[in-house]
Formats: sequence, structure tokens, C-alpha cells
Amino acid sequence: MIISGLFKFSCLYKKVNFVLFFVVDQLRSVSVDLNNDSSLLIDIPDALCERDKVKFTVHTKTTLNSFQKPDFSVSRQHEDFIWLHDTLVETEEYAGLIIPPAPPKPDFESPREKMHKLGEGEATMTKEEYTKMKQELEAEYLAVFKKTVQVHEIFLQRLSSHPNLSKDRNFQIFLEYDQDLSVRRKNAKEMFGGFFKNMVKSADEVLISGIKDVDEFFEQEKTFLLDYFSKIKDSTAKAEKMTRSHKNVADDYIHISATLNSIAADDNTALKQHLEKFAELLEKLRKVEGRVASDQELKLTELLRYYMRDIQAAKDLLYRRARALADYENSNKALDKARLKSKDVAQAEENQKQCLLKFDKLSESGKKELTSFKGRRVVAFRKNLIEMAELEIKHAKQCVILHSTCIDLMDSSFIFAVVQVRGRR
Amino acid sequence: MTAWEPPDRPRSRLAYCCPEKMAEDREPPPLADAVQTDFREVEEGEDLFVSTVSTAEQLSPTSPEPASFPAEDISTNSNGPKQEILLDDDQEDLFAEATEEVSLDSPEREPILSDGPSPAITPVTPTVIITPRVDALFDRSLDEDEEAEENGDTFDMQITVSDPEKVGDGMNAYMAYKVTTKTSLSLFSRNEFSVKRRFSDFLGLHSKLASKYMHIGYIVPPAPEKSIVGMTKVKVGKEDLSSAEFVEKRRSALERYLMRTVNHPALVKDPDVIQFLENTELPRAVSTQALSGAGILRMVNKAADAVNKMTIKMNESDAWFEEKQQQFENLDIQLRKLHASVESLVCHRKELSVNTASFAKSAAMLGNSEDHTALSRALSQLAEVEEKIDQLHHEQAYADFYLFSELLGDYVRLITAVKGVFDQRMKTWSKWQDAQVMLQRKREAEAKLQYANKPDKLQQAKDEIKEWEAKVQQGERDFEQISKNIRREVERFEKQRVKDFKVVIIKYLESLVHTQQQLIKYWEAFLPEAKAIA
Repeated sequence: MIISGLFKFSCLYKKVNFVLFFVVDQLRSVSVDLNNDSSLLIDIPDALCERDKVKFTVHTKTTLNSFQKPDFSVSRQHEDFIWLHDTLVETEEYAGLIIPPAPPKPDFESPREKMHKLGEGEATMTKEEYTKMKQELEAEYLAVFKKTVQVHEIFLQRLSSHPNLSKDRNFQIFLEYDQDLSVRRKNAKEMFGGFFKNMVKSADEVLISGIKDVDEFFEQEKTFLLDYFSKIKDSTAKAEKMTRSHKNVADDYIHISATLNSIAADDNTALKQHLEKFAELLEKLRKVEGRVASDQELKLTELLRYYMRDIQAAKDLLYRRARALADYENSNKALDKARLKSKDVAQAEENQKQCLLKFDKLSESGKKELTSFKGRRVVAFRKNLIEMAELEIKHAKQCVILHSTCIDLMDSSFIFAVVQVRGRR
Repeated sequence: MTAWEPPDRPRSRLAYCCPEKMAEDREPPPLADAVQTDFREVEEGEDLFVSTVSTAEQLSPTSPEPASFPAEDISTNSNGPKQEILLDDDQEDLFAEATEEVSLDSPEREPILSDGPSPAITPVTPTVIITPRVDALFDRSLDEDEEAEENGDTFDMQITVSDPEKVGDGMNAYMAYKVTTKTSLSLFSRNEFSVKRRFSDFLGLHSKLASKYMHIGYIVPPAPEKSIVGMTKVKVGKEDLSSAEFVEKRRSALERYLMRTVNHPALVKDPDVIQFLENTELPRAVSTQALSGAGILRMVNKAADAVNKMTIKMNESDAWFEEKQQQFENLDIQLRKLHASVESLVCHRKELSVNTASFAKSAAMLGNSEDHTALSRALSQLAEVEEKIDQLHHEQAYADFYLFSELLGDYVRLITAVKGVFDQRMKTWSKWQDAQVMLQRKREAEAKLQYANKPDKLQQAKDEIKEWEAKVQQGERDFEQISKNIRREVERFEKQRVKDFKVVIIKYLESLVHTQQQLIKYWEAFLPEAKAIA
């Protein structure tokens, strides 16, 4: 799949416009087995970034009759994805399903800040240093951009791979409606409702963590998920910090390399060559270190981050089930009260039956979802950990080669010299 | 903390062999498994002779096998070319020959002013915090200097500073360091001896040497800097990692300071230096305290010097000096910048180490909470790998610091000393000029008196003229002497600089290689674990 991006960005004091074309072979690393069903294939081949807004081109290829055309594209914004996610969450019918987590908002804050700082510090650096730092930052923007496209794509692909969710009417509208979706999106009132809902959710957490579930399976899942969530959240944060430090080290190499070059330029002793070679090595090294950092980010940090959100979605499923259980218990109480008062008994009975039905449905589909979720998680971890280890080895080997070549170059001038000395005799 | 140098690294050295040694019929006593190499450098710049340090097992086989080819060749030509090769200052024909096996203890020859060949290698037991051995920079080697040639002594001197001990309590406490000297120089009464010294003793030594030698143009190595914050922490008795690090940093700096000082051919013979190294008791150097009378006087003098420097406008007749001064100015700026960047690198690498460690802990907890057995194991393994990696980063940060950053810091201070010596030359010139002006005035005065006809005053005037003529001559001689000294000193300095940097660059590269190879090992061990997740 080819992604071409037109990337425009303007920061506070400097206008930086650059056009980047890049080919990315998207191997969805965090989730596997997506987009296999050829009846509905979704991808995001293109994205445009203006100021703070990213516009994604969602391209659909389908053989299903429910769609008007077999091949079409629409333009969507991040807020549209959020709308789709929230409507799915609010749909009663899907209460027993793990709704794929909404993609996070595109965040260019970090590279933007760095670009700002770079602009301010331009005077203190040599031209070469400045260019290199700028290149690094551009690469960072690119990485953030790639990531956000990927994450949005995965969201849609999980939906399309899910037997139930792929048939959702709103999902179809999202894919097909060729006008701006903003009319249907959350207005202020709904957003407020959403906030309220979050508050209720935290009450739910207390609800389910306090009560012991009768069902062994769900009890185990609950304990596991609650614990695992807090651990994985912590790990994600720590992994992020680690990756950032790695990037800082790589950046330092740029400055050191540049200064060494300046010294070498002025130097006319036997040291000159050494300094130049050393500077050259550091320049190559920092590229490798940068790649190590970004690979780690992609394979480790992103993995953890994604599953953290996924586990939150699984927890949401548990909440919904707990609420359904609470509803059922309430309906029982209501039925008893109605029987006592001999008033509206039929209604109460009906209510109770509905609640029980709902609860059972949730439990059944919930079990299925949670089991397949575990399998999915293990597979994804395995894939990513293997890939990360392989990449680390590859980079480290490359570093060793670079170093050895450099040391040899410094050595070889010596061999040269000995030969010359011999020649003199 | 594990040792910087992994214990399984072979420490072998080449058989030491060189013409001079042959000539003086001397071969250094080979240490256990140590062989030494020596090299000299070509100054013309067209050939780059490098003292190379290659790791036996780690580098590609292109690096020449140690011990075999260079040594034999040279040894056969021992006495013959020796005299031709060793010339005076201006024309040095040096050739480098050496490949040494890894080890931070590998001795590098200093092809300059040692009194004679024969390096001594003394391994130092590291203190609490292991630092890479940088005193290898100072191992002695052949010397082409003429005067040293005549000196029958073989230069062989190794100084170590060790065993920092806290003496006393509270704000009067201080750290005492053991200074051990191993030498075969006849200057000293014994071959091996040690004394206890405190920091102010070192400062006192430096201030004495500076007052004796700087004004005649010798570059006196600067002493390590004072640090109120660091010392206060130690005094107060804070037994934490940062004060231990401070003590180690200082110990290492003091060692380098002494080695640089004794490397100087004139300074090593100085009675103050000898006294410092040998005498058990040393008069307390109170004048080094900032607020002492001498301290305040120093500050005043510094200010006066700064003003003078601005007002003296020297007519530089010698292009060499002008060029060199400019060169050192540039180098100063660049080195400072580099030093700052390297310090930033050290800081970030330490951060990386800390962050990796905390991630490792977090991953371990995650592994514990994971209910899928294989994945749980893999996560725990990941945590272990990351923990080892954090250690690796930590060690690398130390290498960054002690190899690279400290060297740069030393050189920034050394260049300040070099600039100081150039300033002394200016002052000398200024004095000479002033004497000439005075002479001129006296002559004018005498001429006036001739007309005024005052015989007794006339005689006095004639005497004064004689006095000032002598002063002018002395001034000129002084100026020429200091110029000559500076030339020699700067050349020596440059050679040392080239050597130091080359050695450090290679050692640093090796540390980087080592880190990467360890990384490969760790990740390769982890890979099967990840693949085993079912």
C-alpha cells in the first residue's frame, strides 16, 4: 500500500513547508489477521495535514450489495472516527462486544515544540548541524504522521473484520457518505453527555471491582484485566520515556559530530584524519541509534499503548455486563414489589424477562469476545517482540561493523606508514 | 557495579622493542602477560602514523598481528638508524609502530621528552566506582629530545592516586589521597613509595610551580578545580552515590594532573615536585584557600593581568606566534563547545539508563500479571534483558565521561594555561620595551645634564644608563628565552595533544563496540524466548 503525504506545517516563528512522499509497506504490527476478508477491504492510502487538522482519505473496496459502489473513497477527519466509535459504544445491540478502541488524536505537539526550540537555537549551531537537526525533526514529524494514519486505519479494519460490527449502518454511512459528516457529529450537548458518561464509568469501576462475580470465568477475567490494565499503562509510560532518552542520545551525536568536524577542519596535525573519521562515524551512528529508538517505539511502545486501549475496551464490556446484571437484580426487586402490591405484575415480569435475556446475551457474547481477545493479544505480542529483538540485533550488528571499519581505517594508516618506513630503509 | 573492562578480555601486549632501548641496552621487564609497543609519529603530516589499539578478538583480521612484524624489523636496525632518527626539536622523524591488543592498560609511548624509554605498567585497583584507566595515556616511551638523550636515566614513572579517606569530622574534614609513585629515576631516593596528600597540597604544588615556571614560558599543567558543593557534601558525610562519584572524579583528575606534571622534563626535576611525591609531611598550603591573603592577592593579580592584556599592544614580529595564538583561540572555543555536547551526551545516557531500568521493572510486573504462561515468561525475560541493557548504558555513560568528557575538560584547562604562557611572553616583551623607553629617557637626561654641567649628577646619570642598558639586554635575552621555551613547549604540547586524543578516540570507539556487542548477545538470547510464545 502506498501512502503519499503532503505535509504542511507552520510553527510559530518559522514557516516550514515540505512535501514528502513516502512509500510505506503497512504491515499492521499491533493487530494481526485484519483485512483478510475480501468482501470488505478498507485502507487509508492518503492523508493531508493542515495546521492541526489531519484529513484522511478512506478508501473502500467491497463486493457486498449493501454498498452503492464497489470502489469508492471519502475524506474523513479525526472527529468523524470518534463519532463512529461513540455511536457504536452507545448502540445497545453491541453491548456484548469489545468495541475497538478509538484512535487517539493526532499529536504533533512534541515535534512542534522541538522545531520551535531549534528555530530559537539556530544561531548557536553551524549550518551543517542545523540542517541535520532539521532533518531529524522532519523524520519525527513523518513518524508521528505515519503512526496516526496507521492507528486510524487499524480501527476501521477491526470494524470491517468483525462479523457483527461490519454490518453496522453507521459504519456504512461513515464509509460511504460523500459529504462532510460534521452535521451528524457530536454537538456540544452530546459532548457534555459524553463527559457525564465518563463519570458514570468510573463509578462502574468501583461497582465491578467490589462485587465478586458468580461466574468463574468472568471473575477471573475481571481480576486479570483490572490488574493488567494498570501494569500495562505503567509500562507504556516507561517505554515512552525510554524511547525519548534514546532519541536524545542520537541527537547529541549530531552536535558532537559537527563540532569534531569544525576542529578537524582547523587541525593540521596528525590528528586531523582521526577526528574526521570519528565525526563521520558518529554521524552514521546517530542514524542507526535514531532507527533503534523509532523501531523500539513502534514495536514496543505502540504495542503496549494499543493493548492498553484495547484492554480498556474489554473492561468497558465488563462494565456493561455488570450494569446489565444490576438492572436484572433491580428488575427482580421491582417484580417482587409488584407482586406484593399486586400492581403491574405483568409489566414487571416482562421487564425482568428482558433484563435476564439481555444479561445472558451479554455474558455469552462477552465470553466469546474475551477469549478471542486473549488469543489476539498473545499473537500480537509474540510478533512484535520477535520483530523488535530481530531489529535490535540487526542495528547492533550494523553498529559493530561501522565501528570496526572506523577503527580499521585508523589502523590502516598505520600499516601504510610502516610500509613506508620499511621503504626508507 | 561491574568492572568497566570485562574480565575475560585478554591483556596482552607486544614485545617492546625499539632502537633507543637497544642502544641503551635496556628492555622493560615484561609484566605478567604484558608486552609493550612503542611508536613515534611523523610530524610532517604526510604520513599518518598511528598508535593503534586493536582488540584481538573483536576486530577484523586486517589489523596486523601484534608482536610479529614491526618489532623484529626495527630491532635489527637498532643502533644504526637511531642517531639519524632522533634529531633535535625541529626535525623529528618519527615512526609509529605498534598494534596493541585491546586493554585500557595498554601503554602508549610518548615520543617526546621522557628521559629514556622503558614504560612501566602498573595496574591500579579501582576504587568504589570503576573508571576506565586513562593513565595509560601517560606511559612513557622513547624520547627524541637531545637533552634527554644525554641523561642516562631511563624515564620510568608511574603515579597512582588511590584510597581516598575521609579525615576528621564536620566542616574541617577533608579527603586524604594516597599518592603512590613507582619509578626508576635516580632523582628519587627509592623505587617505590607512597605518601598521603590532601587536595590543597596539590593546589599548593601547582601554585609553586606556576610562580616558578610560567614566566619563563613553561606550560604548567593546571590543577583540578575546586568544588565547594562537592566537598561540602563529602564533609557533611553524605554517603550517597553522588558524593562517591565526586570523590572518584576528583581522584582521577588528581592522578592525571600528577602524571601530566611529571611528564614535563623540567618539572619532574623540580625540588617541590620531588618533595611532594616523597616527603611524608608537607607544610600545609594555606595560601591556596580562596579567602586567604594569598588568595586575595591572586585575585587582584588576575584582574591586573586582564587589564594589562587589553592595554599591551605587541608588535608581533614572529608569524609563528601569531598563527599559534590564533590557533589556540579557535581550539579553545571548539573544545569548550565539544565538551558541552559531550556532557550533554553523558547526561542523556545516564537518563537512558535510568529509564531503561524503570521500564525493566515495569515489564517484570507486567509479566507477573500476565496469565498466559509463555507470554508471561517472555515478558519476564524481556525485563531481564532490559535490566542488563540499563547496566550497559550506565557503563557506557561512565566511559563517555571518563574517557571523553574529562579529557576535553583537561584540555580546555590546559589551553588556558597555554594562553597564559603566551600572555607571559607579552608581558616580558612589554617589560623589555619599558626598559628601552627608560633607557632612552636616561640617555636624554644625561644629554641634558651634559649641557647643564653638573659633574656629580652626570656620573649618576651615566651609572643609571649603564644599569638600564643591562636591563634592556636582560629584557631582550628574557624575551628571546621565553620565545624559545614557548616554541619548544608548544611543540611538546601539540605532540601530547595528538597522542592523547588519538588514544582516547580509539579507546572510546572500543567502548562503543563493546556495548554494541553485548547488546547483540542479550537480544540474541532473548529471541528464542519470544519465538517460544505459543
